[in-house]
Amino acid sequence: MEQFSDFFLQHREAIFIVILSIFLGIEVISHVPAILHTPLMSGANAIHGVVIIGAIIVMGHADTTGSMVLGFLAVVLGTLNVVGGFVVTDRMLEMFKKKK
Amino acid sequence: MTVPTQFPYGITILEITYIVASVLFVIGLKMLSHPLTARRGNILAAFGMGFAIIATILFHRKDGEPIGNIPLILAAIAIGTVIGWVIAKKVKMTAMPQLVSFFNGMGGAAAALISMMEFPHVSPELIARSGMANGHVLAILLGLMIGTVSWAGSMIAFGKLDGRIGDLRVKSMKYVNIAILVILLGFIVYIMTRNVQESRELMPFIYLMFGISVIYGVLFVMPIGGADMPVVISLLNSFTGVAAAMGGFLYNNQAMLTGGILVGSAGTILTILMCRAMNRSLINVIVGVFGGGGSAAASEVGTIKEITLSDAAILLSYSKKVVIVPGYGLAVAQAQHICHELDKLLEEKGVEVKYAIHPVAGRMPGHMNVLLAEADVPYEQLIESDEINPDLPNTDVLIVIGANDVVNPAAEDDPSSPIYGMPIVKARDARNIIVMKRGMGKGYAAIENMLFYNDKTRMLFGDAKNTLQNLVSEIKNL
Repeated sequence: MEQFSDFFLQHREAIFIVILSIFLGIEVISHVPAILHTPLMSGANAIHGVVIIGAIIVMGHADTTGSMVLGFLAVVLGTLNVVGGFVVTDRMLEMFKKKK
Repeated sequence: MTVPTQFPYGITILEITYIVASVLFVIGLKMLSHPLTARRGNILAAFGMGFAIIATILFHRKDGEPIGNIPLILAAIAIGTVIGWVIAKKVKMTAMPQLVSFFNGMGGAAAALISMMEFPHVSPELIARSGMANGHVLAILLGLMIGTVSWAGSMIAFGKLDGRIGDLRVKSMKYVNIAILVILLGFIVYIMTRNVQESRELMPFIYLMFGISVIYGVLFVMPIGGADMPVVISLLNSFTGVAAAMGGFLYNNQAMLTGGILVGSAGTILTILMCRAMNRSLINVIVGVFGGGGSAAASEVGTIKEITLSDAAILLSYSKKVVIVPGYGLAVAQAQHICHELDKLLEEKGVEVKYAIHPVAGRMPGHMNVLLAEADVPYEQLIESDEINPDLPNTDVLIVIGANDVVNPAAEDDPSSPIYGMPIVKARDARNIIVMKRGMGKGYAAIENMLFYNDKTRMLFGDAKNTLQNLVSEIKNL
């Protein structure tokens, strides 16, 4: 119990953010027309590329060769997620635009 | 350690940038759900990401220490950018679903790597104070497990959609999967209840956990096939979001937290919307009872009737109302452009042409929209199946191009069919039905389609692109 309350108090802001973000995510997406499901999925896919920030932090404090290699890899993969995600989404949406 | 405080407001700027980035993510996602604003929304979110990355490199401090290894970090970003950009630009539109799955896997892998590297560095003071059972360790372990599952699963999904990996369905598989999941959770409990001074003593368990998570990710996606593939990608997408959010917990980083959870919850809702479009529960999808033969009535009743190209051309030219139902076959054959040519030709002749878009036609929700948009088919001509169904009895000709399960009447008639209850395009309500198909193969869900034996149905066998090409020239020659 002590551990739980310790955990809760220590992370209460994060828990707040998590709960509110869950509602926000549901609210933001629930009125999307099926036509945009694929680009939306792809755009969301790019956004979870924020994981790259964690990769940069880890890499920025890596001290051994092993962790350097893994960190480097993490940054590369994270960048792939971000850049690939946004560019693919843009490519899909570009096609929606050029009607008329 | 002396702290080089070259810029005292760095942390403030960093945190403000994270707030801006989070807001841009939310606004971007919101704009992405509207056709007119979608593209700007995506770019806005990308800017948010860019700001967050730059600010992190410049201003992030861990115990007062700035980010090091900056040349290497920039090199890694450069490599990732070039590869990501090239892949994203070069891949064909039909391969979009695979691509999303691939990039999703990359994010999952990055999350897993972060967890692996952070685990040995859990501060000994924290362990001395509250043991291994603390939020920090939990976030690391969950990040590792979810990230790895997402990575392995996405790679399998990628391989399957790309046609490199087949389905693997074994009856007992779901029990194996549940058992592995229990083992993984057991690992988390075990690691968190160990009595150690330093977390690095437990590294062997982390490697083991990584290995088992890979196996779980593979087995989790392996049996899933058919129309369920998009659902799985969407689900894995939200997994990666949650894994990224675990990183946010770890570093007390609000941008990662909001971004990750936002995608986690939005992805889950999207997954549920897709399941609803197929009238299936998420549990069903995951446990994988779809397809695989089953008891669905296999007896073939009636006969297949073919139609010649010239008959089809005449039938179409003298119709008032034509509805096209595109499916994966259209995508594979890359026939979207010639299809649009057909509809333009018919419209010139005064025929009203509409497209009936089933939400899960193709391999991804909205797959058909993307494909037809590429061919410049006007947005207004694409009608969702629910909306067009009441109109179908007044439709003279309905053309099914490479679609199968989404027009299968078994969804309405046959309670024993695995797709029973799934909303469909009610193709058989139309006055005439032309089905373009490569052969008499079954749909992705591997079930018989009685529509093909319907009295009103005529078949046009062949590759969709060739058939459409021939049809177009036939109509021009009339």
